[in-house]
Amino acid sequence: MAEITYLEAIREALDEEMARDHNVFLLGEDIGAFGGAFKVTEGLMKKYGEQRVIDSPISEIGIVGAAAGAAHMGMRPVVEMQFIDFIANAYDMLTNYVATARYRAFLPTPMVVRGPSGGYVRGGPFHSQNPEAGFIHTPGLKVVYPATAEDAKGLMKAAIRDDDCVLFFEHKYLYRRIKGVMPAGDHVVPIGKARTAREGRDVSIITYAATVHKSLEAAEKLAAEGIDVEVIDLRSLAPLDDEAIFNTVRKTNRVLIVHEDTRTGGIAGEITARINESCFAYLDAPVLRVTAHDIPLPYAPQLEDFVLPQVDDIVTAVRRLVGW
Amino acid sequence: MPPKSGRAASRGAQPHLGEALPIERKLELYYWMRLTRTLEERLVALYRQTKVVGGLFRSLGQEADAVGSCYALEQRDVMSPLIRNLGAMLVKGATPVEVLKQYMAKGDSPTRGRELNIHFGDIGEAGKTRGFLGQISPLGDMVPVMTGVTMTFKMRGEDRVGLVYVGDGATSTGAFHEGINFAAVQQLPLVVVIENNGYAYSTPTSKQTAAAQFVDKAIGYGVTGEQCDGNDVLAVYDCTKRAVDRARAGEGVQLLEFMTYRRKGHAEHDNQSYVPDGEIERWAAENDPIDRFVRVLLDREKVAQATLDEIDARVAKEVDAATDIAEASPFPEPLDAMIGVYADPPVEKPLWFREGADVSKLGKERAEGWGTFDAKGGK
Repeated sequence: MAEITYLEAIREALDEEMARDHNVFLLGEDIGAFGGAFKVTEGLMKKYGEQRVIDSPISEIGIVGAAAGAAHMGMRPVVEMQFIDFIANAYDMLTNYVATARYRAFLPTPMVVRGPSGGYVRGGPFHSQNPEAGFIHTPGLKVVYPATAEDAKGLMKAAIRDDDCVLFFEHKYLYRRIKGVMPAGDHVVPIGKARTAREGRDVSIITYAATVHKSLEAAEKLAAEGIDVEVIDLRSLAPLDDEAIFNTVRKTNRVLIVHEDTRTGGIAGEITARINESCFAYLDAPVLRVTAHDIPLPYAPQLEDFVLPQVDDIVTAVRRLVGW
Repeated sequence: MPPKSGRAASRGAQPHLGEALPIERKLELYYWMRLTRTLEERLVALYRQTKVVGGLFRSLGQEADAVGSCYALEQRDVMSPLIRNLGAMLVKGATPVEVLKQYMAKGDSPTRGRELNIHFGDIGEAGKTRGFLGQISPLGDMVPVMTGVTMTFKMRGEDRVGLVYVGDGATSTGAFHEGINFAAVQQLPLVVVIENNGYAYSTPTSKQTAAAQFVDKAIGYGVTGEQCDGNDVLAVYDCTKRAVDRARAGEGVQLLEFMTYRRKGHAEHDNQSYVPDGEIERWAAENDPIDRFVRVLLDREKVAQATLDEIDARVAKEVDAATDIAEASPFPEPLDAMIGVYADPPVEKPLWFREGADVSKLGKERAEGWGTFDAKGGK
């Protein structure tokens, strides 16, 4: 089996699901003839036709709303946000309409909203954001954010098959940098299950998306100092895998949470609170966080690098935990 | 070829479809309007007895626009109402019992006490569902949703049409614009009805838009537009039926503007202090849609007064019976709040400080039969 990139893994998942289920269709801006801003959907219009790969106007409210209506009628739409930053336009539709539909009116709304997220790419304030915290707060939505090519494919297939709305954040820094060999057959990764990216005894790092790779790099550096770091890749942010989180806390008794999203109101605070409520007796040190600063993401490399969490920041934080 | 945009071609020699309806169907229109008004009057009485849990929204003076337009749809078509489209909901198959239970937040209301008034839906397969999709409170949001519903009709080659109501106020939202524009580009079988009733809560239309009339927006979207007297039920039917036929024939989005007037406040609590003196009284005296239609039935159609009295009596009896059922219905079980946020898991776990709550009886089985309708009013 050949290695494919994180981006190709997503395309493969879309392709396989469209072939498997004629109710699956794609809509978004520039996704058809052009193949998408990042070329995720390249070739799919040619293969499945304009009825199933729909080039839409610049209308995030319109396409998310239309996806919801189609989903009520038994379709399984996958909406592309050209950049995930623009999902803000559809916030009303996702939180007020989509997230509540099943609960308030028994309307099934199986749909996926996907798009390139995250920084480290010099994209500036509107092509680099991580909006997950704005949605994990809304009951009725599911949120996933894969770090590997294998998970990108398996979670996308799970998201399309899920009977609720799944927000699928793709890390654009990983699109063409990360590769993986896809498991044979129908490769589906269950939503709501974390994975252990690295086994360790001394400290747990709980993280997701691009910072999984930063954390693994930090773990290698720390191993040279004799510090054995465990890295948990959450994969799903809603629902959170409490069991995996609590298990690693009980195992290492020291926890660092790392995310690229800004600090205040970020998911690290929620995870900290859950550990506090359920695992207080197991902690040998306070739960620490390494996150972006509470600053809009600037464009210049010198500025972006300062605002976003880097490998050395993670190393510093782990040393502090070990020395507690 | 039909006009690409702007006003629909005038009827020319075509018959007036409303006037051409046989008398028994005209009497059906009268029945639906009378049922709408009587049911709302009953809701007012229940509201005053504090049996209505939340706000109460009247469509007094707008019954013709809701009933006449929805009456132009087929059973297989899908309609999404607004707060003042009780008449459309009834025409499409929602029952007075369901509406009463919704307002009274009963445990066996169509939304099991989770949502209010006519915010409930029944859509899906033609013939198996009644084809209405309840709205949510953020205005304009149902336009893109109905774009998606009608997109599905087109994808599947189904001979079905969608109709979505918006008020004068909702035309100012981004959702309205994005929904109608996308539907227009996709040439979808969607009829967008703008009910221009003069006010959005307290805001008069003059503060809502600088456009002379809403139907002019059709030109901007490249769709066919038409305007009619929203208080003349036969004119509303005629205008909507022709738009529905055009949409069904593949002519794309239709934009209709019904000229009407909201005689009550935004909701029962609203004292309408912002309305100029005499305006409401003038509309009530000169332009009540039911009075106007009664005139037509008695004077032009030569219907006997006794026939209308009979319909009125039937409506009164139906509303009484529905009220008895709704009043006797149980309130929701608190624990039922935990069911059905997601398909999987079907039941939420109570938080630790509620660990005494026994959710064991909320098994998958109970969750699975959760969202099914009984049109006769409850389980």
